[in-house]
Amino acid sequence: MSTTSTGRTAAAHPSSAAGPAAGPAPGAGPAPATAVLPSEAAAQATLGVETTARSMAEAAAEPVSGITGAQSLVRSLEAVGVEVVFGIPGGAILPAYDPLFDSALRHVLVRHEQGAGHAATGYAQATGRVGVCMATSGPGATNLVTPLADAYMDSVPMVAITGQVPTAAIGTDAFQEADIRGITMPVTKHNFLVTDAAEIPQKIAEAFHLASTGRPGPVLVDIPKDVLQATTDFSWPPRIDLPGYKPTTRPHGKQVREAAALIAAARQPVLYVGGGVLKAGAAEELAELAELTGAPVVTTLMARGAFPDSHRQNLGMPGMHGNVTAVTALQKADLLVALGARFDDRVTGELSSFAPNAAVVHADIDPAEIGKNRKADVPIVGDAKATIVELVAALRAEHEAGRTPDLDAWWEQLEDWRTRYPLGYDWPEDGMLSPQYVIERLGAIAGPDAIYASGVGQHQMWAAQFISYEKPGTWLNSGGLGTMGYAVPAAMGAKYGMPGTTVWAIDGDGCFQMTNQELATCAIEGIPIKVAVINNGNLGMVRQWQTLFYEGRYSNTHLNTHGGKEGTARQVRIPDFVTLAEALGCVGLRCESKDDVDAVIEKAMAINDAPVVIDFIVGSDAQVWPMVAAGASNDEILAARDVRPVFGEGQV
Amino acid sequence: MTRHTLSVLVENKSGVLARVSALFSRRGFNIESLAVGPTENPDLSRMTIVADAEAQPLEQITKQLNKLIEVIKIVELDTAAVQRELLLVKVRAPLADRAQVLQTAELFRARVIDVNTDTVTLEATGTPDKLQALLAVLAPLGIKEMAQSGTVALGRGPRSMSGAGTLRPVERSA
Repeated sequence: MSTTSTGRTAAAHPSSAAGPAAGPAPGAGPAPATAVLPSEAAAQATLGVETTARSMAEAAAEPVSGITGAQSLVRSLEAVGVEVVFGIPGGAILPAYDPLFDSALRHVLVRHEQGAGHAATGYAQATGRVGVCMATSGPGATNLVTPLADAYMDSVPMVAITGQVPTAAIGTDAFQEADIRGITMPVTKHNFLVTDAAEIPQKIAEAFHLASTGRPGPVLVDIPKDVLQATTDFSWPPRIDLPGYKPTTRPHGKQVREAAALIAAARQPVLYVGGGVLKAGAAEELAELAELTGAPVVTTLMARGAFPDSHRQNLGMPGMHGNVTAVTALQKADLLVALGARFDDRVTGELSSFAPNAAVVHADIDPAEIGKNRKADVPIVGDAKATIVELVAALRAEHEAGRTPDLDAWWEQLEDWRTRYPLGYDWPEDGMLSPQYVIERLGAIAGPDAIYASGVGQHQMWAAQFISYEKPGTWLNSGGLGTMGYAVPAAMGAKYGMPGTTVWAIDGDGCFQMTNQELATCAIEGIPIKVAVINNGNLGMVRQWQTLFYEGRYSNTHLNTHGGKEGTARQVRIPDFVTLAEALGCVGLRCESKDDVDAVIEKAMAINDAPVVIDFIVGSDAQVWPMVAAGASNDEILAARDVRPVFGEGQV
Repeated sequence: MTRHTLSVLVENKSGVLARVSALFSRRGFNIESLAVGPTENPDLSRMTIVADAEAQPLEQITKQLNKLIEVIKIVELDTAAVQRELLLVKVRAPLADRAQVLQTAELFRARVIDVNTDTVTLEATGTPDKLQALLAVLAPLGIKEMAQSGTVALGRGPRSMSGAGTLRPVERSA
């Protein structure tokens, strides 16, 4: 490894680093980063992953010539600071897996490419770093489409690397050929087809730059097999050449001052906080702004944890299943300050009747979001953190000039709604376990330091409602795309990135059956996540809509996970999640009564050497409330079935 | 609906046209015509897109186009801009009608580019309105076939989108 050590020293003197002497002989391959500086690596080993990744990146950044495209790819990933890749090999990507075998960057062999994609997303959501997944051409790549679309909708920084059939075979309908660049154009921030091995470092650097800056999002890099096999040179850092990419991060001062003036004058303001605040790492700044304004805060499904639920000013989650106070505060507001939020239909309900009297300050890093759904009176394009910091300064100036709003009447009204319409639930009449209770206890026992990843459906809404989120990055879910099957692989990725943190997947019996094979990955790779299956025996959210809107005609929503339908002979649970968990190398537990809930959660909390699955058998008829029916106005919110809140006309 | 002409500078790379057309189709925007060609800078192409949209959707169109990584710059050309289409039209022209065809061509400043015993092929350039008028006059004579380009357009006056032909991609470093 002396050659690379020399190269490392020479790296400080670029002139001497040039030339063949600096790199290993052609065909010798890149030196694995772990072996580069044994003494230094050993000295740093105790300092944790960050240090290891950094030293690996430094070592990988040495120029080398006469290596393969695949080696260049792995070096590039090391140099850009990747810690882990989630993926599955196959024909076209096979060359990349050979240098990966020697690399210090970890590869987690998943059981389905969708799992690789969501694991990358979960990793990114929990750590704030770019998540990376890898798949082969054709079906491997198309299996990544769902997680790519998911990450696109939720603006998650992610890079997907796919093998492609050899350049000469592209367009011939070759074995395992799919036009993955064409397929993923509408669901990625950008994508590349690399046609020259020399471009690999540049495209990888550009992919990571695009994924992690501006409005984050997924980027796909498709590399044909012959490009991976070609001989090339490697140097780092490459030139990033993206002339059309100039995200605006600094907000416009005049707009910020106008926004501050509106906030200082508002009598019924609401800070409408979206996922962009978490993406920008602006939770602290948000807390400062909230306390300075004294205004109520609502945190959308994507922003749970951006502002502590325990804070008096946090009204909770707005939207279709938001709580009455949060939804109504938006409706009755005279000013909405939207921060990294996008006026999604699940938040606004019927758009024409959403917050009819409110002026809108809309701050977002993506100019296309501003004015897309709701006209903004004061548009601000910029990074949420930079915007909030400047907003705080501008607002201080307003206050110093004596313009301090009186929000007492507004708070009196809000507190009245909060007292009259708290979140709540009924116990099932048939004596079965309440799913809301299970989730509430899980949140209480695992606490605000744990990470919760949920699937999509009733359990997702209950987990958003009944767990108190105090910190950023503790709530992971598929908000925009609504991808059932997100929870288990996302929890796996999150746990990989945050090994010292307890990670719970809160899943439904429907969702769980879509991606539970990744529990095998968790068991084998030593990623001890915990899974709470909220098993109501049905596709619960669909069933709820069938109850409410289809006269209880339960077409194709019964899943048999409680046993067969009444009157049928087959009464066994299919599948039996406890034995399934055990088959996948996990500990399987079951809970069917209220008295056992705490004990079983505590038992799962005590197991840290294997993944744990708890099958919570809960009532089938529990419903998510409050609810604004799809397409209805937020004014039509029902606090519970057939219960319309009375807002006291004329009070506001 | 109002017609808007967008002049879009894009990187000269494969797949850009697919991205732009896919964006229009996915977001439900209507393209009336689209023309792509090289520019004075070999790294850049210019797309001229004529779209039907009200003002608010148009703003979304330009914002979404701007989000495409390979789109460098978008300008909406005003009505004073020079706008031209190219028309090739093959008209029935037996001896009896030939003089009328040639006279029409002359009136519209169209050029004869192919002739045989049965037909005459004309080449005409102009605004969409002018070409429509030409076609209306030729139609009774019998149009055998025709090919028409999308609109290409340039703003009037000394200013250019690419800064006097010296636009260089902005260098950015990691």
